[in-house]
This record gives sequence, structure tokens and C-alpha cells, in this order.
Amino acid sequence: MINFQYSRATDVADAILLLAAHPGAKLIAGGTNLIDLMKENVEQPSRLIDISRLPLRKIEETADGGLRIGALVPNSDLAYHPLVEQRYPLLASAILAGASAQLRNMASVGGNLMQRTRCAYFYDTATPCNKQTPGSGCSAIDGRNRNHAILGTSASCIATNPSDMSVALAALGALVHIAGPSGERAMALTDFHRLPGDTPHIDTDLGTGEIITAIELPPRGFAHNYSYLKIRDRLSYAFALVSVAAALELEGDTISEARVALGGVAHKPWRSLEAETALRGQAATTDRFSRAADLLLRGATASSHNRFKIELARRAIVRTLTQAASATPQSQAHKKIA
Amino acid sequence: MADAANQIPDRIPIDLVVNGVRRTLDLVPWTTLLDALRDHLELTGTKKGCDHGQCGACTVLVDGRRVNSCLTLAVMKDGAEITTIEGLASDGALHPLQQAFIDHDAFQCGYCTPGQICSAAGLLAEGHAKNADEIRELMSGNLCRCGGYPNIVAAIQQAMGRP
Repeated sequence: MINFQYSRATDVADAILLLAAHPGAKLIAGGTNLIDLMKENVEQPSRLIDISRLPLRKIEETADGGLRIGALVPNSDLAYHPLVEQRYPLLASAILAGASAQLRNMASVGGNLMQRTRCAYFYDTATPCNKQTPGSGCSAIDGRNRNHAILGTSASCIATNPSDMSVALAALGALVHIAGPSGERAMALTDFHRLPGDTPHIDTDLGTGEIITAIELPPRGFAHNYSYLKIRDRLSYAFALVSVAAALELEGDTISEARVALGGVAHKPWRSLEAETALRGQAATTDRFSRAADLLLRGATASSHNRFKIELARRAIVRTLTQAASATPQSQAHKKIA
Repeated sequence: MADAANQIPDRIPIDLVVNGVRRTLDLVPWTTLLDALRDHLELTGTKKGCDHGQCGACTVLVDGRRVNSCLTLAVMKDGAEITTIEGLASDGALHPLQQAFIDHDAFQCGYCTPGQICSAAGLLAEGHAKNADEIRELMSGNLCRCGGYPNIVAAIQQAMGRP
């Protein structure tokens, strides 16, 4: 880890001023990903601006019946919050599928959105990586790419976004609230993370000098028919090979609203509005779920070691939609897949 | 003002209450809580395993919550209360988890044990684990390379007072 300076921000405005004053600085909250990357010399900020004491720890109901979650709420506090357990159990389940209890106690909601890929070549400063050094090349494309993306890839990067929480937030239609030198703005979570294109070093559309202040959930929580299924190489505490967040509203056996988001398969949580449209108004049957899986995975391309992911994702989508439709969500403690 | 990355910053004074005792330290900002405990306070019960938040050997309680001290900067915890494995026993009596780990032979080499016990103390305080499956899931951040997991789960069940 390189030497760095340390500042403690007193409020959001102070954090924005400190960021503007120190171009090489980074914000730190939970630090679980940033400190790890600093130990590997992948991240080398000249200064850390500690925002962990800013007053962004509330979970509040919004006027329209949604929920506003402060950016510094620890992941564990969010997952176990009574309103989240009752109204947004898909989000609680996805958070509890990720990391470990210790890391969830430390990691902030805003930091979860900002975590970087776990591509081994990104983590290794000895290998070319376009995320690390733009233009240096991608070592994963012809390297070990078993865990890598099958959707939305580019010739520059096949890395995946590692977050579980973001997959549920994408399905739920969450908004990201942002403050910066030119004021406040909000954007859809699905617009926050970027596809790699030819600028894979830019993970998100958060601007220079901006700070995430909150996540907002719309009122629709899909609390009855939901499931988060995460497929990984060990039963707990591993990143997803494929994960699926499914949320349905049913009228009898007919689907009136559907959301499906995928994790572990792309540079961002992956949704297909076409697949969701194809489910609406249809009977909740395996055939319809298979059709939705085909639409979600349209254009999927494999690298040398991850071809299995396409069929794995297809089956996981059908399984998760089936769990959601039958109101038997995947348990994150009892590992048997229903 | 431009930052000079290689400029040595001033040491930062911080206060920690460690195992009930107030300790004052002057630390460079990149000192992790783990290194502060082991190298500056000579509390070597907390172990450095992977140093990347993947093994849990460094688990301590910060303001009552279990965290990986290797991924925590000490300066960010100025004013916090820290409990390490050295702080769990009271008045010469082992903590119920310490006794349960002995009763169940819940360790072999013992290197992961301080982290396992501190993590289990956090788990008990959180109150979300109700059975063996949930203990296993919520202890998954603590690896035991000797494979002592069945006995670790049994020890935690004993301390929890649940089968």
C-alpha cells in the first residue's frame, strides 16, 4: 500500500469540497474493497477522504410509499431492517447472499455500488488490463475467463460486476441519489453502471467530484413473489457464477408484472425489458419462463472457459422464476435449491 | 493544492477503548486496525491470516459489531470501542464461547480460533442465527484450514443454548 494523506469530511458539502481540492483523492466509507485494492497497489489514491461519519445512515419512508436509504447504511443493517424484510425481501435476500457477515457489517450501500470487478487480471498489476491501464490490453479474453461475462462484453473487457445487492436494486427499479459540485441529481440504478465498451476503466456514470447520498426504492416491493438465486463454486462467501433476481406480480396464474435481473454475467446488472414484456399477461409456466430466459440471454457470447455459463444462466432464470411464481423464494441459509 | 503521493503525512492521534482500557496512539493513516492491535498495542491474539478480508482470522468487535480488522483503517475508528479475544474473559472466567470451544475441541492448530470466537460473539449479539444451517451461513466469513467446522458449529450451538 502506498503512502497517502487522510482527511475526515464533516458533511456532504465538505466531502465535495475536499474532492475538488484534491484531484488524486478517493472517498472511503466501509473500505472493504478499496483497502483491499490499495494493498494490491491497484488503487493508489494520494488521499483518502473519510466519509464514514457523514449523516447518511437513515432508512426513511418516502411520501409515495417507497424507501430512501442513506448511502452509509451498512449492508447488514439494510438487509435486516424491518421495512426491507417486509416490503423488499428480494433486496434483503440478495444482500445476505453476498460477502460475509463481517464484510456486510462494514460495507456501505453506496460503497457496494462502487465496488470494482474481481477479475484476477484487474487485481494483478503485473498483467495487462484495460481497466487498470487503458490501452494495455485485456488478459482475460485469452486467459482464464471461467468467471467472466457472457453479455455486453467488448473487445476491451469481459469483466463482471460482482455485486449481489445491485442485482436486486436493478430488478426493483431503484434510483441513485447523487450530490456534486453542480448540485444534486438522481439516476436509475440500471443507468448507473456502464458496459465496458472501449472505456472499461470507467465503471459508473458517477461524475468526478460527485458522491452517492442515497438509494431510493419505489413503492412496488414484490414481497410475495420473488426469489434471489445465486450459483457459485462454494455454498457461501463466494462471488456468483450466475445470479438471478426475479420479482413477479400475479393475478391468479397470470403474470401482471415481471422483473428479472442477472448478476455475474455482465459489467452491470443485466435486465431485458423485452423479456419482461414477454412475461406480462402470460401464464406463469415453465415454457414462458424459458422464453424469457432466451430473450434475456439473446446475444450471449462465451469465452474459452465460460461457455457453461450460458446454459447455467438459462436454467437459473427458469428456476428462479418458478420459485418466485410459487412464492417459495430461495433461502440463503438452507442451501437446497427448491 | 497538489497531493504528493510519496510525502509522509503527519501521524494522526487517535483514541481507542480496547478491551475496556483507553489507549492513545499516533499512527500513520495506512495503519490497519489489525496492525495497530498487534504491532502498537501488543495484542497479538488477533491473527493476520490473508490480510484481505477473505479468511476472518482478524475478526474483532468494533462498537459491538464483528468486522475484519485487516480491512479497517485505525484512524477511521478514532473513538471506537474495540473488543479482541483478549477482552472476552471476565474476572478470570472464560467467555461461554471460549469454554464451549474447549468443550467441543473446536480447533486443531488454533490459528483461526480468536477470529472464530470473536465472530461467534458478534453472531450471538446479532441474534439472526437460530439453527445449525444459519450458524454455518453466518460464520462463512471465518475459514478453518484444519476443517474444524462441525465442532465449531457445535460449540456455538452450546453457547447459544440451542440444539
